[in-house]
Amino acid sequence: MKKLTKAITMLITVSLLILSLAGCGESKNAITVYNWGDYIDPEVNDLFTEETGIKVVYSEYANNEEMYATVEPGNVNYDILFPSDYMIEKMIKKDMLQKVDTSKLDNYKNIDNRFKKLPFDPEDSYSVPYMWGTVGIVYNTKMVEDVVDSWDVLWNEKYKEQIFMYDSERDSIMVALKKLGYSMNTRDEKELEEAKKLLIEQAPLVLAYVGDEGKGKMVNGEAALMVAWAGDAMVMMNENPDLAYAIPKEGSNYFVDSIVISKASKNVEAAYEYIDFLCRPDIAAKNAQYIGYSTPISKARDLLPEEIKESEVAYPKDEVISHSNMEMFNDPSDIVELYSSIWTEIKASN
Amino acid sequence: MHRKSLAYPYLIWAAIFIVVPLLLIVYFSFFKDGSFTIQNYQKFLEDYYIKALIRSIELAFISTVICLVMAYPLAMILSDKHMTNKQIILLLVVLPMWMNSLLRTYAWGSLLENNGVINSMLKAVQLAPITFLYGNGAVIFGMVYNFFPFMVLPIYNVLCKIDPSLIEASYDLGADKVTTFRKVILPLSMPGVVTGIVMVFMPALTTFLITRLLGGGKINLIGNIIEEQFTRTNNFGFGSAVSMILMIIVLITLAFMSKKDSLDKGGGLF
Repeated sequence: MKKLTKAITMLITVSLLILSLAGCGESKNAITVYNWGDYIDPEVNDLFTEETGIKVVYSEYANNEEMYATVEPGNVNYDILFPSDYMIEKMIKKDMLQKVDTSKLDNYKNIDNRFKKLPFDPEDSYSVPYMWGTVGIVYNTKMVEDVVDSWDVLWNEKYKEQIFMYDSERDSIMVALKKLGYSMNTRDEKELEEAKKLLIEQAPLVLAYVGDEGKGKMVNGEAALMVAWAGDAMVMMNENPDLAYAIPKEGSNYFVDSIVISKASKNVEAAYEYIDFLCRPDIAAKNAQYIGYSTPISKARDLLPEEIKESEVAYPKDEVISHSNMEMFNDPSDIVELYSSIWTEIKASN
Repeated sequence: MHRKSLAYPYLIWAAIFIVVPLLLIVYFSFFKDGSFTIQNYQKFLEDYYIKALIRSIELAFISTVICLVMAYPLAMILSDKHMTNKQIILLLVVLPMWMNSLLRTYAWGSLLENNGVINSMLKAVQLAPITFLYGNGAVIFGMVYNFFPFMVLPIYNVLCKIDPSLIEASYDLGADKVTTFRKVILPLSMPGVVTGIVMVFMPALTTFLITRLLGGGKINLIGNIIEEQFTRTNNFGFGSAVSMILMIIVLITLAFMSKKDSLDKGGGLF
C-alpha cells in the first residue's frame, strides 16, 4: 500500500514537472489575449480559431489596475489587451503599446465616427474601440418607491443598509464628485475633501462595497440600489425584470474599452487578424448580445434583437451621452495615492 | 552522501523564494526613485491606517480565542484512547481543507446572505431573518471557520503524545481530574496550544479575502490595504512598508509565544 502511494506521488510530481515545462514552448500560430472577466462570448474565440487556424490563449482580469500590474513588469507576454480609456492614455505614456495601422483592418470602417479620435488616443493610432457604456444606478422597482434620477437617492436614509456601492475608490469618488456637481477628473483637493466627507456620511447607509459578486446579489434582491455599469445592468435586468437602470441627471462616467496590441507582442499579424475579426459586425453583435455592453459598431447594433437594440440602458439617447456632465476618466497616475488614502479613511470610518 | 546535503534543495528554494523577495520588500519600503526615505513609514502614522491595524489585531485575536476554546475540548475528546470513530471526526475536521478556501468562503457568502439559503429557511418557518453578513461578526466567523483545523491538529498531536503513565501517576498520587488537567495535561499540551495560536493568529491577521467576501468590503483590514497598494494603487513602496510593519508585529508575537513555550518537546513550531 505504501509503495503504491509512493509510486502515485512520484507519478504526479513527474507529470506536473513535464506539464510545466511543456507550457514554455510557444506555438507560432497562437495569440495570447488578456481581457476583462465576462467580456466576450466564449464561442467567438472558437469561431476565430475555426476560421483562421490561429489558437487563442485566453485569460481574464478583474480591473484595469490588475491588468496593468500584470503586464507592466514585462515578464508576461500578451498580444491583445482591452484597457479602458484612461488606462490607454497611461499605457501610451509609458510606451507599452504598439501603433495600430487601422488601414490594415478591413472592418475598421464599421466603427461609428463618434468613437474615433477620442481624447485618450486623439489620432486613433493605438486603439480600436471594443465596447462602451455608462455608469448609473441599478435599482429594484419593488423596493424603491422614489423616482431614481439623481445620485441623491444613494444618500437617502430610507434605504439604509440597502445600498451597494462599487468597491473601487475611483468609481465611488466619481459618484460623490458628480453629486456635488464637480468634474470627476478634478485635482482640487478641496473638492476631493468634500467628496470624502460625503462618502463618510454615506457609509452607514451602505450594505456592502461589492465587486463582481454584487451582480448576483442584486438579482437576488439582496439590496435595493447599486452603482453599476450599463452592460452589467443589462445582464441583471435580463435575470430579474424588477430591476431598472438610470443615469443620474448630475451626470456620470462614460467609458470606452478598446482593443490594443501590447508592445511585447510577437505575433502582430495574428493580432491584427483578431482585432479585425472582433470588428466584424456579426461577431461584434454576438459579443454585445452575450455580455450586455454596447457596441460602437452601428451595423452590429442593427443585428441585435429589438429589445437590446432599442434599449435606452445600453444605447442612451444622444443628448444624454453628449451632455457635458458625462465625462471620461483621464489618466489618474498623479492622484492614485490620494485616492487610496481617501478610500482607506472612508472604510475606517465604519 | 552527507545527510546535511539533503537540505540544500530547500535552502536554495528558500533563498530564491523567501529571502530575495523579503529583501526586495525591505528595499521597496525604504527607497523611492533610488533614494533613501522613511516617507512610506511616516504615511502609515495616519490615524485611519493605525485604526485598520488595531482592528486587524482585534479581530484576529478574537478569532484565535474562539478557535482555542472550541478546539481544545475537541482535541481532548479525540485524543482519548477509548474513543471510537475518531478517524472519521478527524477527517471531518481536515476535509474542508481539501477544497480551496476561496470557494468555501464564497459559498458561505451566498448561504448567509440576507436572502440566502439560511435566511430563506428561517423565513419558511416564520422566523425573523438575521443579518449575518457585512460586519465584524461575519469576518470573525469566516476566520474561525477557515483556520479552525490549524488549531485542532497541533493540540491533538501533542495530547496524543502525552505518556498515559504520567496521568495515571497523577491519579495515584491523589489528584482529582481537575488538578490532573491543570497540573499535568495542560502544561504538557502547551507546545501544541502555542503552535495552534500562531497558526491561527497569523493568517487571520493578514487575510484580505474573508473581509471582502463576508465583510462586504466594509471592514478594511491591514491585508486589504496591502493588497490594494499592489493591485490597484501600484504603490509598491507603501505596500512594502505596511508589509514590513505587519511582519514586525508577527515577529513580536512569535518571540512572545516562544518565550512562553519553554516546555517545547515536539509539536511546536520553533
